[in-house]
Formats: sequence, structure tokens, C-alpha cells
Amino acid sequence: MIPVSWYLILSAVLFVLGVAGFLIKRNVITVFMSIELMLNAVNLSFVAFGYMLGDYNAHIFVFFVMVVAAAEAAVGLAIIMLMYHNRKSLNVDDIELLKF
Amino acid sequence: MLLTLVILLPAVSALALLTIPSSQPETIRRAGFAAALIVFMLSLGLLWQFESNAAGYQFESDLPWIGIPDIHFHLGIDGISLWLILLTTFLMPIALLASWGITERVKAFFCLFLLLETGMMGVFASLDLFLFYVFWEVSLVPMYFIIGVWGHGRRVYAAIKFFLFTMAGSTLMLVAIVWLYRAAHTFSVPALLAHRELFSGPEQGWLFLAFFVAFAIKVPMFPLHTWLPDAHTEAPTAGSVMLAAVMLKMGTYGMVRFCLPLFPEAAGRHAPWIIALALIGIVYGALVAMVQPNIKKLVAYSSVSHLGFVVLGVFAFNQIAMDGAVYQMLNHGISTGGLFLLVGMLYDRRHRFEIAEYGGLSTPMPIYTSFFLFVTLSSIGLPLLNGFVGEFLVLVGASQARFVYSIIAGTATILSAVYMLWMYQRVFLGENTNPANANLPDLSLREKTVAIPVMAMALIMGVASGWFFKPMEASTARVVKQTGVPAHVKNAAPATYEGGTR
Amino acid sequence: METTTPQLWILPALPLLGAAINGFFGKRQSRAFIGGVACSTVGLAFLYAVYLFFTAGVGDTPRIDYIAPWISAGSFHADFSLYLDPLSMLMTLVVTGVGFLIHVYATEYMAHEDGFYRFFCYLNLFMFFMLTLVLAGNYLLLFVGWEGVGLCSYLLIGFYYLKQSAIIAGKKAFVVNRIGDFGFTLAMLLIIGTAGSLDYGTVFKAFQNAPVENGVGAVTIICLLLMMGACGKSAQVPLYVWLPDAMEGPTPVSALIHAATMVTAGVYMVARSSHLFVKSPVAMEVVAVIGCITCIFAATIGLVQTDIKRVLAYSTVSQLGYMFLGCGVGAFSAGVFHLMTHAFFKALLFLGAGSVITAMHHEQEMGAMGGLRKKIPTTFMTMLLACLAISGIPPFAGFFSKDEILWSAWHNGHPWLWLGGSITAGMTAFYMFRLLFLTFFGEPRSDHAQHAHESPSTMTVPLICLAVLSVIGGWIGVPKALGGSAHFEHFLEPSLARVPVEFSAYARASGSDPIDIPRPNPEPAEPEEPGAERLFSLIAVVIGASGIGLAYYAYVVKPETGQKLSAQFHGAYRVLLNKYYVDELYEVLFLKSTTAVSREVLWHAVDETVIDGAANGVGSTARAMGGFARLMQSGFIRSYAAWVLFGAVGALFYMILQWAK
Repeated sequence: MIPVSWYLILSAVLFVLGVAGFLIKRNVITVFMSIELMLNAVNLSFVAFGYMLGDYNAHIFVFFVMVVAAAEAAVGLAIIMLMYHNRKSLNVDDIELLKF
Repeated sequence: MLLTLVILLPAVSALALLTIPSSQPETIRRAGFAAALIVFMLSLGLLWQFESNAAGYQFESDLPWIGIPDIHFHLGIDGISLWLILLTTFLMPIALLASWGITERVKAFFCLFLLLETGMMGVFASLDLFLFYVFWEVSLVPMYFIIGVWGHGRRVYAAIKFFLFTMAGSTLMLVAIVWLYRAAHTFSVPALLAHRELFSGPEQGWLFLAFFVAFAIKVPMFPLHTWLPDAHTEAPTAGSVMLAAVMLKMGTYGMVRFCLPLFPEAAGRHAPWIIALALIGIVYGALVAMVQPNIKKLVAYSSVSHLGFVVLGVFAFNQIAMDGAVYQMLNHGISTGGLFLLVGMLYDRRHRFEIAEYGGLSTPMPIYTSFFLFVTLSSIGLPLLNGFVGEFLVLVGASQARFVYSIIAGTATILSAVYMLWMYQRVFLGENTNPANANLPDLSLREKTVAIPVMAMALIMGVASGWFFKPMEASTARVVKQTGVPAHVKNAAPATYEGGTR
Repeated sequence: METTTPQLWILPALPLLGAAINGFFGKRQSRAFIGGVACSTVGLAFLYAVYLFFTAGVGDTPRIDYIAPWISAGSFHADFSLYLDPLSMLMTLVVTGVGFLIHVYATEYMAHEDGFYRFFCYLNLFMFFMLTLVLAGNYLLLFVGWEGVGLCSYLLIGFYYLKQSAIIAGKKAFVVNRIGDFGFTLAMLLIIGTAGSLDYGTVFKAFQNAPVENGVGAVTIICLLLMMGACGKSAQVPLYVWLPDAMEGPTPVSALIHAATMVTAGVYMVARSSHLFVKSPVAMEVVAVIGCITCIFAATIGLVQTDIKRVLAYSTVSQLGYMFLGCGVGAFSAGVFHLMTHAFFKALLFLGAGSVITAMHHEQEMGAMGGLRKKIPTTFMTMLLACLAISGIPPFAGFFSKDEILWSAWHNGHPWLWLGGSITAGMTAFYMFRLLFLTFFGEPRSDHAQHAHESPSTMTVPLICLAVLSVIGGWIGVPKALGGSAHFEHFLEPSLARVPVEFSAYARASGSDPIDIPRPNPEPAEPEEPGAERLFSLIAVVIGASGIGLAYYAYVVKPETGQKLSAQFHGAYRVLLNKYYVDELYEVLFLKSTTAVSREVLWHAVDETVIDGAANGVGSTARAMGGFARLMQSGFIRSYAAWVLFGAVGALFYMILQWAK
């Protein structure tokens, strides 16, 4: 039996990788993948806790998250496509229209 | 049901108006005008069915709206609300008819006005504090756009100023409303009135002030009045009319309906300085109006002065003054509304408001001149026209509270003659000085149709005031009774000789 | 007593009808039609008034015609109700009678003016308001007429609306009247507070029960405020300034409104309120003193004016002062008597002046006239009679009324006021005959004067009618001492209050009277000193005659005397010519300072700087704070992410800390 802490450590490592990728990488695709990584890190801890507590609600939440993530991926990729179309660049630092 | 119909019909017709394509502005104008006219006819039904001697609310309808918290769609009117609603419905078709010259975004303009009408009437008829607040804010939004989109020169500044001033007050009022709910677990006005002891402790003063400040900004009372000249000057004609004639009355109506009956002790305690502010406003508004170079600003400042009379009457705590105050609200609606309508007609011709731009207009426009003189006289309170009755009753009532109030307020009768006649003289009399004015056309049939009902109303209200007081007396008496007479005005009645009582 | 109530509403309704017809339809009608409507409505009103006089049994009890409710709020009620008693009967007769003659005159005088229909519409409207004023059954309705005649006066002074001086004069008249009306309004408020009503019946009854007031109390304040209103309307010091300027209006207007009727409304109101005034010795004293000051003051200005209408204007102010003097010394009926005779001869003087002005092609300066006696003989003759009347020469109308006022002043213990009034009588005779001699005697001093022609009969017939009235009008009030029977006083008796006995006791005790003369009880109707009264009449006649003689000497015998005198007393002459600089003083004191303070302090400083500054200050503070906070908004997604990270770490750290506790 693998103790739950291992899952949690793996989840934390994945999450931190995601955060680091989000902050460091400039390519939009990579940033986007980092977000997915964070989501899945959270999913992992959800499942682990759910298994530990014998509460299947957690699994249901995970499915929700996955569905939303898929939808988000579809919308996000479409945005990225358009962005590339308009700016000929995938560098996040080139997009600063939200600036004051 | 009739009341609900009258109040909601304008909003519904605004929605209906949306279905007319924008390419047919004339159809939109006619439909909008027709809707306002139908609402007016229906509101006459209210007057017809109104029980004159009953003090309570009539045409009441009470539907649950939101369960938690307990908010009701609760409407009902007494004699005071009745006249204010009629004032609204009477002036709305006139204001729309005066807006035939609007050519940009006609549909939006007419829709907003109809929405405004619903909002304002809702304010006068709400018997649920939350609903009152909703209508209060609903009426704010259309006016904001009317000033901001169709206004003149500095319209955006004026619109934002108007919005922020009013918003600042209504935020306070919202807090007070929530506080009242916490104390009494109801938003219903009759229920709150029946259980005044639930919030009669030390917090009463704060609650009173929160409501009062919201209303005082709307009135507007000195020194919270500076939004008014800007808003009036920049608003389109119909906007100025509705703003002056009806929206300002929302403030004084709020004082009569909520400030006095809900918080009588606090009202009595704060009355002296409120009256002082009202008196300052009366004199100050008149003096500043005297030196305005702009006709619309002059009329706006005169509103500050006239509404000072209303506040004075409300806070004199007696029946005569209260009657006078309510009557003065209606008078001001008619007189100042009429003035703005007429000034708007001048603007349509020359696109200027500066007095110096004009001079000797009586030569090219004799009919317009005589109309203007008539409305001017009604505004300065000439007997047999409407302004006199309200002003005089307020003075009588105020003199019974304290004679010095009437002395100070009475000076406004001199000053109003000075500023209005001086303006009239500079704009209309003498030789024509500006070649641009030499060939101005006199009033068209449409413009006469706009002005004549207002003038007729001014005369009727001056001669046959009994018709107007009759449905109102019971309601004002009830407000005065609910409020009671605070200690500091009780002993002011002068000595009476024997045989002097009727 | 009759049982039917007179239909009083017909009286004001007739001219109102005329005004409505001319106002709405007059523009397209012929002048004959307009003039016909205007004159016939007023004429009918006059006939109806005469009919009422003979049939309505005007006597001890007033007839009240209740028309409709007007205002009813709380405990306050005021109705449209008309009130007929001897006083209002008399006023109605004078107003409609003199008014009718002036209307007829005006159809000719104004025949060639633009806005003919407008003129008669206003004139009829004026008659409506004036009749409302005199017939009103309560103070509030009186106030309706009061303000209404003020409005018509405003409109008619500014009738030549292209002329700057005319429109400014109109506005001045209205505003100054409003100052008086302010006092009147306050008086009404106090009356309501004291008597609980504004109905004459209730008010008089309430005040009849009040004690005579020693010093200044409620009644005195009410009376003084009423007097303030009267000062505005009847052009008394210090509110007289509008009347001379009002001469900018057409001459018939000056005759009707600014001489015969409207300006006497103040006197009427004081007489109407006699039941109040007799309760306050102080107020009576003030009324008398104001009247006396005004009559001397205006007469001195009248001495040197050169514009024919201005002389008459100051003369009007001065004669109004007499009326107040009469009322103030307790002789209300004498005041009203003078009001009536003055209406006749002053209307005649103005209409005569109008005739002169027409003949002179609208030249009003007397310097350009002269020698008109032979050119316009009817005008001359009628004006001569009027001048004799106003100068107090028996048996003309002015003699009896003026004599009675002066006698009452002496008799009721006011020798100084008598002296003032007598001096004024001399000056009046002087300046009136100065006017007459400058205009009609000597050689013509201009081309217009050379070629003057008499006015047509539509103008001269009213002159003749008024001249007859100026001659015989005084005979109805011949005092008993002079062999008459004082009909007039008896007729008015039911309307006017008597000065109570305590009154003169008070006056004696307070020492207001420096000369100790026997002061019998004024109550008895029988004159106790016919000899003394006759003596005073003689003095008055001598004074008047010497004024005329002086004028004859200075302007006919030695025409250069006037110049010599004015050169010798140059300073005084300039002061008088410039009307004591009162207009200039008022302008600086009230107009300029008020507008300057309003503009610079109230509007620019308080409104725009302080209040708007505070409001804008709140706004800009909020903006500044926002401007600082928005620096966070860099636009870089990764910096936002970093903020989120910091925030999350911070939150975690906080939770751990909490947990550790």
C-alpha cells in the first residue's frame, strides 16, 4: 500500500513544475500546458484524498475538472490560434493590451 | 390593478418601441408620444376613482417578489403620491412632444424616457422600501444617459456629476434601509410605521440623517445643489423638464413620506438646522440666479430657491405648511417645467442659452414672448396663478412655527421678481440687438400645443386650488399627525384676541 | 333692508371680459371695435355701480357676495368673496367713472400707436384687478388685485417695449412694489396668526376687541407692515422712487394708474384697515409722519422739474402724502375724500398734459412750450380749473378735502404736521401754476408751440367732464363749520373706525406733542370750534393764493426770476433737480452691491470654488488613489501570475501561522 503522502508529494511537485513553467516560459503553448499540469496536479490530490477518505464525490469533481479543462483547452487553443494569426507571435510578453 | 398598469405600461411600451425599426423615426416618435398620452389618460382614471376623504393608501397591490429577504412588489398611493404621479404623466407627453427635434438615436431616446416615467412613478407609489430603492435607482439610469448622450456641451461631465452626487446619497439610504430591515424584519412601509418603536432608539438619528442626506441631494438643498445647474444646463429640453419637474420632487417626496413619519423625534430634533439650510437655499438660490448669464442656469438656481420653500414647509410641522409644500412641489413642476420647455424652443432656433445672445425677441416672436411672460409670472408667484398659492401657504405655515422664517423666506418674493423680470427684459424687450435673431420664426402649432396645457394648468391651479387640495388634505393631515409637533415649535403661536377664532 | 344680494361679481367681470375679447381676438379687429369693447365694458361697469349705489342700500352692514372657494388648507381659508360697503362703493364709483372717461380719451390719444389692442387689453385687465382690489372681501383677495394692478402697471409702463427707459421703469415699478408687497404679505401672516382669518368681518371684529396698544406690540407691527405695503403701492418715502419713472408710460396710463386709481390703493388699504390702525397710536403717528415727509419732499422736487409729466408725478406723490397724513391723524374720511377729489383733478391734469403733449408733437419739456393758451383753449381752461382745485382755492374740489386734512391735523394735536402740510400747500400752488404759466402763457418758445392745435372732442369731452367734477366734486363734503353738512363723512362712517378716546390720552401722556393746545375729544360729530376751523380754512386759502401769486410774479411778470433764483441757489437747485440723488443712492446701496456680492462671493467663490471644489476634491482624491493602484496592472500575464503566487503563498503562510497558534 502506497501511503497517501507519496501521491501528495507527486502532486505538489507537478504543481510547482506547472507554476514554474507558467512563470518562466514565454511561449503561449508552453504556458497553456503548464496550466493543464497544475490542474492535473490538483486532480491527483483530489483522487488521492478521495481514495483515502473513501469519498467518491472527489472522483466526480475530478471528472468535472477534466471536462472543464477540455472545454478550456478547446477555447484556449482557439484563442492562441487567433492570437498567432493576428500577431505572428506566440510570445506572451507581446500581448499586453490589458495594461493600464 | 389600475395603478400597476399605469406604472408598468411605460416600461412595457418602451420594450414594444424597440420592435419598430430605427429607420422610421417618425413612427417611433408618434408611438412613444401615444404611449405617454395613454398613460396620462389612464392616470386620470386614478384621479376619478380616488376616494378624496380617505387618508390611507388606495389602489394597493401587494405581491411577494423575493422570498428571502422578504421583499414585496407593494404599490399604493395616497393623496400626495396621486398628484405627483399625475404631474409625471401630465408632463411626460408634453416633454416628448417637445422633443420632436431630436434626430439622433430617436428610438433610444423615447425608450429611455418611457423607462424613466416608470421609474419615477414607481418611486411615488412604492410601499416597500426595497422596491422604492429599486425604482429610485431605475429612474437614475435613464436620466444619466439622457443627459450624457443627448445633452449639450459639457454633457458627460454633467451626467457623471449628476450620477455621482445622487449615488452618494442613495448609498447611504441603502445602508439605512438594510438597517431598518435588520431591526424590524420587514421592508413594508405600513408595517414599519406601525412598529416605529423597533428603531426609535439612538440609531434613529443616524437613520434619519442617512435618508435625509439622500433626499437633500436630490432636492437639492444648499450646499449639495451644485450638480443641478450643470445637469440642467447640459440636459436636452425634455430631460431638463423631467428633471426639474419630477425628479427633484422625489427628494421632497421622500422627506414627506419617510423622513418625517418614520423618524419623528429625529426630524424634530434636526429641524432647526434643516430649516436654516432651506432658508439659506431660498435666499442664496435667488441671489445667485440673479447674476447668471445663462438662461437655463438661472432657472436652475431659481429651482434651488423654490424647493427651499418646499423643505421649509415640510419641516414646519403643521398642516398649512405641509399642504403648501406639497402644492409648491406641483407648482414648481408646472412653472419650471414650463420655463424649460420654452427655453428649449429658443434653443431649437438659436442653439444658445446665453442671455447676452438675445435681446428684443418680442419683435420677431410676439406669441412666444407673451407665453414666456405668463410662465414667468407663474414662477414669481403672481396671485391667481399657481405659484402664489403654494408660496403663501408655506409662508403662513412657517410663520406659525416661527415668524422669522417667513421674513427670510419672504424676501425671495422680491428677489424672484428681480431675477426673472431682469432676464425677461434682457431677452425679450428693447430693440433687437443681434441680427441673428431678427428673423426667428414664432411658435409652430406643435410648440403651442406643448406650451398651452402647461399655462392652462398654471391658471387652473392658481384659481381652483380647492380641487387639488381636496384629495390631498387627508393625506397631509395624516403625515402631520404621524410626525407630531416637536417641542421647539409648540410655543410659538402668537396671542389671539377674543373673538378671533372662527 | 333688501333681501337680494347684489351681484357684485358683474363689476370686475365686465372689464375682464373686455380684456379677454381684446387680448384673444383684438389683433385682427378694427380700432373702432377694440375701443368700443374696452370703453363699453368699463362704461357698463360704471352704470352698474351707479345702479348699485341707488338700489343696493349701501349702509351700516356690508353686503357680501360669496362667489367661490379659493384656498382651503388646514385651518386656513380664503374665498373669492366681494364686499360692498360705503368705502368700496365710493372707490368703485371713482374707479369706474374716472376709468371710463380715461378709456374714452385713450381711444383717441392712442389712435395712431401700434399695439392698440394690446393697450386696451392691459387697460381693461387693470380695471378688473382694480375692482377686485376695492371690492375684495378679504385681505388675500385684496392682495390679488394689489399684485394684479402692479402687473398691469408694469405692462403699461413698458408699453413702448422698444424703449429702454420705459422697460427699465416698468421693472423698477414692479420690483419696488414687490418690496412693499413683502411687507403686506408679512402683515397678512400676522393677521392670520392673530385673528385666524383674513376675512374683513372676522379680522375687524377681532381687532375691535383688542385694547389700544401702548408702545410697539403685535397690532403696531401689523399696521407698520401694512403701511410698508402702502408705501410701495402709493409711492411714499422711501419707496416712492418708481412713480416719477413710471411717467414713461403712455399719458392715459399715467392718468388712470399713476394718478387717479392704482396709486391710491395704499390709502384705500389703510382706510380699509382703520379698525387695526386705531388700535396703535405709534403706527398712526408713523403713517402721518411718512405722509407729511413725503408731501414736503416730493413738492420740493416738483418745484424745479421741467418735464410736464414729471411735475405732475411729483405732485401726485406729494398729494398721496396728504392722504396718508389725513389717515395718520385719524381723519380717515378726509384722506379718502382727498383721494376722490384728487382722482378728479389729477386725472384731469394728466389728460390735459396729454392733450398738450399731443398738440406739441410729443414734446414734454416745458421749456419748449409757452403761449399755448390761445392755441388750445379748451385744454387751457380745464387745466386752469384743475390747478385751482389742487391749489386749494374755494370752491373747487381740492379746497374742501385738503382743508379738512389740515384742520384734522391741527385739531387732533399735530401742529407740526399741520405746518408741514400747509407749507406743502403753498409749494403745490406755486409749482402747479408755474407749470400752467410756463405752458400756456408767454410767447411760444418752439415751432411746435407755434403751430399747436386743439385735440378732437373725444379727448376734450372727458377733460370737460373731469373739469366739472373738479369744480363740484368737493361740495358733497363741505364741513359743517363752513355751512355744509359733511355728507361725505356720514356716508363713509360705517366703513371707517373712529379714533378711540384713550388714543389722545395716550398721545398727551407720551408727550409726542410739543405744543400744548386744547385737544378735545374727537368723538363728537358737532364741531365745537367753527370759528377756529373757519380761521384755518382762511389761512389755507391765503397760503394757496400766495403760492399762485408768487408763481405769477416769477413766471409771468418777471420771467427771468426763475433763472436768477436757480443761479443764486445753485447747489440747492442741483440737488432738487437731481431729486436729492436718491435714485443714485439706491443704486449703489442695493443694486450694485447685491449683484456684486451675489456674483463674486456667492456664485464664484461659494458655489464654484468651495462647494464644487470640495466635490471635485473628493473625486480627484479617489482618482489619485486609483492611479497609484493601477500600476499593478502591467499587462504581462506572467506578472499577474506572480501576484497570484505571492498572494497564495501569503495566504498559506497566514494559515500556517494561525494553525501554529
